[in-house]
Amino acid sequence: MDHNGDGAAGGRANRRAYLRIEGVTKRFDDTLAVDDVSLEIAEREIFALLGSSGCGKSTLLRMLAGLEMPDAGRIVLDGEDLAAVPAHRRPTNMMFQSYALFPHMTVEANVAFGLWQLRPRLARAEVEARVAEMLELVQMQRYARRKPHELSGGQQQRVALARSLAKEPKLLLLDEPLAALDKKIRQRTQLELVNLIERVGVTCILVTHDQEEAMTMAGRIGVMNEGRLLQVGTPGEIYETPDCRFTAEFIGETNLFQGRVVGGALACAEFPAAIVLPPDAGLAQGDEAWVSVRPERVALSRAGGVPGGAGCNAATGEVAEIAYLGSHSVYHVRLANGRIVIASVPSVHWGDAAPPTWGDAVRVAWFAPDGVVLTR
Amino acid sequence: MTRRRFVLARGRFWTGLLPWAWMLLFFALPFALIVKVSLSTPELAIPPYVPPFVMEPGELLPHFRPDFTSYRRLHDEVLALGTPAADLQYLSAWGGSLLLAALTTLLCLLIGYPFAYHIARSREAARNTLLMLVMLPFWTSFLLRVYAWMVLLDSSELGLINRLLLAAGLVDAPLQLLYNQGAVLVGMVYSYLPFMVLPLYANLVKLDQRLLEAAADLGARPWTTFLRVTLPLSRRGIVAGAMLVFIPAVGEFVIPDLLGGGDVLMIGRRIWEDFGPNQDWPMAAAVAVTMVLVLLAPIVLLHRHGRANGDDGEAGP
Amino acid sequence: MSVRSRPGATAWLLAVYAFLYVPILCLIVFSFTAGEITTQLDGFSLRWYAELARDEELIGAVLLSLRVGALAATAAVVVGTAAAFVLARFGRYPGSAAFAGMTTAPMVMPEVVIGLSLVLLFTHPLFASLGGRGVAAIWAAHTTLCTAYVTVLVQSRLREMDRSLEEAALDLGCPPFKVFFVITVPVIAPALLAGWLLAFTLSMDDFVLAAMLSDPGSTTLPVLVFARLHHGLKPEINALATVIVVLVSLAVVVANRAMLSAQRKRAAALRHAAGISPTAAPTVTLSSPDMRR
Repeated sequence: MDHNGDGAAGGRANRRAYLRIEGVTKRFDDTLAVDDVSLEIAEREIFALLGSSGCGKSTLLRMLAGLEMPDAGRIVLDGEDLAAVPAHRRPTNMMFQSYALFPHMTVEANVAFGLWQLRPRLARAEVEARVAEMLELVQMQRYARRKPHELSGGQQQRVALARSLAKEPKLLLLDEPLAALDKKIRQRTQLELVNLIERVGVTCILVTHDQEEAMTMAGRIGVMNEGRLLQVGTPGEIYETPDCRFTAEFIGETNLFQGRVVGGALACAEFPAAIVLPPDAGLAQGDEAWVSVRPERVALSRAGGVPGGAGCNAATGEVAEIAYLGSHSVYHVRLANGRIVIASVPSVHWGDAAPPTWGDAVRVAWFAPDGVVLTR
Repeated sequence: MTRRRFVLARGRFWTGLLPWAWMLLFFALPFALIVKVSLSTPELAIPPYVPPFVMEPGELLPHFRPDFTSYRRLHDEVLALGTPAADLQYLSAWGGSLLLAALTTLLCLLIGYPFAYHIARSREAARNTLLMLVMLPFWTSFLLRVYAWMVLLDSSELGLINRLLLAAGLVDAPLQLLYNQGAVLVGMVYSYLPFMVLPLYANLVKLDQRLLEAAADLGARPWTTFLRVTLPLSRRGIVAGAMLVFIPAVGEFVIPDLLGGGDVLMIGRRIWEDFGPNQDWPMAAAVAVTMVLVLLAPIVLLHRHGRANGDDGEAGP
Repeated sequence: MSVRSRPGATAWLLAVYAFLYVPILCLIVFSFTAGEITTQLDGFSLRWYAELARDEELIGAVLLSLRVGALAATAAVVVGTAAAFVLARFGRYPGSAAFAGMTTAPMVMPEVVIGLSLVLLFTHPLFASLGGRGVAAIWAAHTTLCTAYVTVLVQSRLREMDRSLEEAALDLGCPPFKVFFVITVPVIAPALLAGWLLAFTLSMDDFVLAAMLSDPGSTTLPVLVFARLHHGLKPEINALATVIVVLVSLAVVVANRAMLSAQRKRAAALRHAAGISPTAAPTVTLSSPDMRR
């Protein structure tokens, strides 16, 4: 079940809490932007806040930076309560979505900016050495004298990173770190960025709306919606065992069936038979519940094949849509009652036989343990 | 997304203090004084009026005894409207000003719209230069530009235009070109044209070229496209330009003074004369108050109208 | 943005430019006359320029105008920037609408009305004892008028400005007050400069306020020119106009050149960065099939 989970990151999560967020709430006029969020993050962990725009993830990040003040709750970093500390005195540094490089300063001056703010003042040589070290880290030594507008997007991103690491913050905050980059550059930069952060060894919280980015970069992910933190876990846990409908639907694709528990199975109007539940579902008679089945867990075969045994949910229908994606194909199968079931089938699955095509009668099935029962 | 941001929260009071104090002292207070003086009685003194506040002996607060004479004069002129041989100095000055300002605005729009449109549609590299050429006269002295028209329109045989006309044999005697309404109108259009062109240009240059292509693609003829797409979309520019021309034009008094001769009556000139030679400050103040009321009413209405229509822009992000 | 040849458009542009420039060109041409008449070239001479250089009254007025202009522009930039900050950043508070109205009203009010209101202020016994009309009064009047324009310019720049620049400075440990001077001011500097220049021009060019608020010792250039125009036309005024037009044109052309070359440099640097950047280079070689051929 946990084969996608990152073992190392899981181990980190077990260390003592380095950053503790306790019941943090933020209200803008009439809307609750962040609603009673509590979270613990270990030292040197890379944590991603994942959610769609307006879910409150950026506001939470800005409260960590001190750019917004929480209405309620505490933020404790390395034993120090940050609630009353203004932004410019916090041991946190942020990389902004727009990078926010100062346009009137050179790359060098941008990276040095934070160091010059330190009191007591650092010696010039000290600042210069630190700037050189940072620029080397992000491989931007050659561009030290350039102005930000003379750099490409990827270069700007690295300068922004160097600037936010220069002061050796206790907590690095990344706001949509790669959203401003082209898709091609973005994928490679994700891994570069993770390597760099791990090399520096800084605790990092990043905010993103891109689940792929979150899963690639972070050891643990917190899924947010409407100001609430819904689920926290490793990428594998979040994908394989979502604990609510929002997470199940937001991360990847899924088939969701709603119904009530009748005699140990789920009576669902949209599925021809009662859905057999996993053995340890823990539901009582009459409970409302949902079953989430990932498309790759749905087996597709030509109708009339071998019927599944006990503990198998199956139905027949016809192929409504096929999206061929190279390594696999996504089939939309319309059941007799009109409900669409999505199945993801590896291209090698069919061997030499011709795969089913539009209008063909097919059978979809999944083993009961592959369905995830959700109650909210 | 509206987010209140925690930046520069401290020092807000001190940041606001300077502009607030300045505007209260040099804008709000003087304006209150205009209202006060308009209710005063003129008198030969320095300053030449008696304030409407009277101190009675033995009382702590002064009594407010407004003198409505100045307003009554304006009111009487309105009542006398239509009576033959009535002396309507102020009303006719108002009429002259509004008419001239309206004509100036209209002419500036008719000349400036196609002008701004063609600049906005010219090559990107050329636009900058073309626009700079519109701005250049604006940066040079306003009085000297009016002076140039005094030279051009001179009514003697030495006037430049008259010399051209005489040389071409089009006229036998020099024409009376200067010191009339026409000369004032030419001078006004000349001076205010950049104020019309700039907002129009700013608006037209932002017009999405693809909208025009879409209209053409859907079969609209160029004129239809202009009337149904370009013109409605540039409404804001037209309104902005018209306000920038009309409002100062109503109060203008230098141009009528230099190009208009004695019989061109304008309300700005009336204020100037009541204030200067006539030394009737209460009357000048009363006219100024009516002027603000007349000019500000359309602005406020327009603003409300814009808000009600859900127009963007003014509200900001 | 294709440009078809449009004879109508070109003709219209030419006609309007002619309307704008023929009067100015006439002024320049006749400034070189040797005679006394402003519309006749009686031989070429620089006589009127010499007279201009000897005209102490006029030179005094020019110097006064320059001084008032510079001081008013500087004050207007200070007050206007603070006002723009209040308008762009403070949001709604009791009196915010009144403040917005007050700062922009001088732009849409006839100058005669503003002038009259300020005369009443400065002749009020309280102010009269502090000096009354004169250079200081003209300076205050010009500052008030110009503040409105500076406020509009700076406010729009502030609204465009990426707020995260200031937040980044705070985040890097810069105290709020310092952020304004090391980040905000440099970023909005072009708007401040444009505002200063606009304010300076407005002040140099203003006749109405200066005339109403002047006392015998404070004759600015426009007030003097206006008086001279009423005493008959002399080619000396043409010479003055020529000097002003030439100076302004030079300034505008130089400023425009500087702006364009800065733009070009920026574009070239950007192209350079995109071409040789280690980030972009491998992507090109690996992903574009053209390169493998």
